[in-house]
Amino acid sequence: MEHLILKVTTKLLFAPIILFAFYVQFHGDYGPGGGFQAGIIFAVAFILHAFCFGLDETKKVLPQQALIVAMVIGVLFYAGTGVATMLLGGSFLGYDAIDPESTHHAGQHYGILLVEFGVGMTVAATMLTIFYHFTGREPDIDQKDW
Amino acid sequence: MSLIAQLPVLPVIIPLVLAPITLLLPKGRAPHLWATAVSWLTFASCAWLLMEVSEVGLISYYLGDWAPPLGIEYRIDLANALVLLLVSALAAVVFPFAYESVKAEIDERQSPYFYGALLICMTGLLGVTITGDAFNVFVFLEISSLSTYALIAMGARRDRRALTASFNYLVMGTIGATFFVIGIGLLYQATGTLNMADLHDKLIGQDNRMVQAGFAFILVGVGLKLAMFPMHLWLPNAYAYAPSAVTAFIAATATKVAVYVLIRFFFSVFNFDFPFIGAAFTYVLLPLGLAGMFIASLAAVFQDDVKRMLAYSSVAQIGYMLLGLSFATVEGLTASLVHVFNHALMKGALFMAVACVVLRAGSHSIHAFAGLSKRMPVTTWAFLISGLSLIGVPLTVGFVSKWYLLEAAFAAGHWYAGFLIVASSLIALLYIGRVAEVMLLREPATEGPYAIQEKDAPLSMLIPMWVLVAANIYFGVRTDLTGGLAERAAAALMTVAGGTP
Repeated sequence: MEHLILKVTTKLLFAPIILFAFYVQFHGDYGPGGGFQAGIIFAVAFILHAFCFGLDETKKVLPQQALIVAMVIGVLFYAGTGVATMLLGGSFLGYDAIDPESTHHAGQHYGILLVEFGVGMTVAATMLTIFYHFTGREPDIDQKDW
Repeated sequence: MSLIAQLPVLPVIIPLVLAPITLLLPKGRAPHLWATAVSWLTFASCAWLLMEVSEVGLISYYLGDWAPPLGIEYRIDLANALVLLLVSALAAVVFPFAYESVKAEIDERQSPYFYGALLICMTGLLGVTITGDAFNVFVFLEISSLSTYALIAMGARRDRRALTASFNYLVMGTIGATFFVIGIGLLYQATGTLNMADLHDKLIGQDNRMVQAGFAFILVGVGLKLAMFPMHLWLPNAYAYAPSAVTAFIAATATKVAVYVLIRFFFSVFNFDFPFIGAAFTYVLLPLGLAGMFIASLAAVFQDDVKRMLAYSSVAQIGYMLLGLSFATVEGLTASLVHVFNHALMKGALFMAVACVVLRAGSHSIHAFAGLSKRMPVTTWAFLISGLSLIGVPLTVGFVSKWYLLEAAFAAGHWYAGFLIVASSLIALLYIGRVAEVMLLREPATEGPYAIQEKDAPLSMLIPMWVLVAANIYFGVRTDLTGGLAERAAAALMTVAGGTP
């Protein structure tokens, strides 16, 4: 049980960091912030976890394969919003097509929220993938290679 | 939604949306089939776009419904519609071709990443070509370059030197991209806009140090990307050690797109009223083009590695394109555009033939080509015909390019350049002839490292390769197709630039 203080502090900090990430994510419309920053902060929580508990413990929570799926879904969220607005009759990423009746461009808000969510997801997953690869040094040995 | 209204954005959206899905597919055959299907869809949209543009003229599309100059505009005229068609057509031919070659050269577990990166690379190249926003060019240039670095590095399974080649390209490419973005930044400082058409309007009469420096940065940055002669040092290794199918794709498209960017900035952003444009033509592009034609061709003669030889030849061919540009006439620009198109056809076919040899002989050294005509006759003839096209023999596209170039050289009064074009073609005859001699007259090695299997490449590789070889001959006979389009595109570019048509 070495580094007990570090481990307890990490456990204490983990949830607030994620909460802060979500704050930056969803408040990005009105203040500084947005998907990029939120994605990094979200990834930082897991990087802190890996520092204190070891990479293997973190990989149990968020395996590499899940990160790849998250990356893809994030990009698809972004591009999919664009395709959806195209299907609704606007241009690519023409958010006004989401809520054409609105008098105050509500569609712009929905659109940017969806897109930023995709950005956040991809950035978090990519940051963690880079971190996994740098700290893991050697790639995981595949079952077939034994 | 009307498909026609959304058509201009489709060449970028289709691969961009569908490429990430490649990562979720099971390893093996599926990613390849997916990438091939996507490339064909993209090709169809690009072909449709070219037809639209040749009928109605300039097409403009506002991304996110934000009107330019604030928003990003996709602006398609004949010049970039032609390059779009070229990039997507090469992708549609190389992607089906890639399967066997990639299976032999790349770990199967990496196949989703490989085809994903290939699709992203294509997206980037198409995006650079289609956009009418100067900063957007930089973004897409980085998208295509970053995926190209990864693709080249994947050659490391067969030859570890791919890693240093890729790193070298990464350093040079990043310097190039940085210079380019510094140039854009200076122009933005001078004008306050990033839209190319708007930049063109606002730059008129602004001949100050900032604009001059911006132009110089852009010229050097793009020059690095397109391997302009003294800045070509990254190219031979990158082409030689990349997986064979990747070489076929990027050799045929990446540098061509960079040449297009150069043309776009020379003619659509700046105009002929700037004295430094004329100076750049006379004192930079003309001498460097000529030097590249000769020095790179001579370097190609002494290569023992066929892929490296063809890579040096690519540098020389870029010299022809720059030479055509430097005449600053409609004829010269036409010749340049025609050569961009034609060189992609011949280099694509040549590198595909090399990929077939690598599959069966396991090497792209010239020794592996000994007696190839007895072992792999179909591949040998594909190499020979596209090689003849590279030299510029009549009835092939190479002849058409050289003809246009010669005509332009004499019309512009650079008669000596005409003779130099012919002289450097003779050097091409030397290096292609050297491989031809080895292929046709030597006895094949029966043992040792260069022994070739007694069978030709699989049909999945031969058919796409011969499609390109056939295109080499078809467009060499039907010169009105490419020549006519290029001439109209050149005339339109020239009118915007304010040169003498």
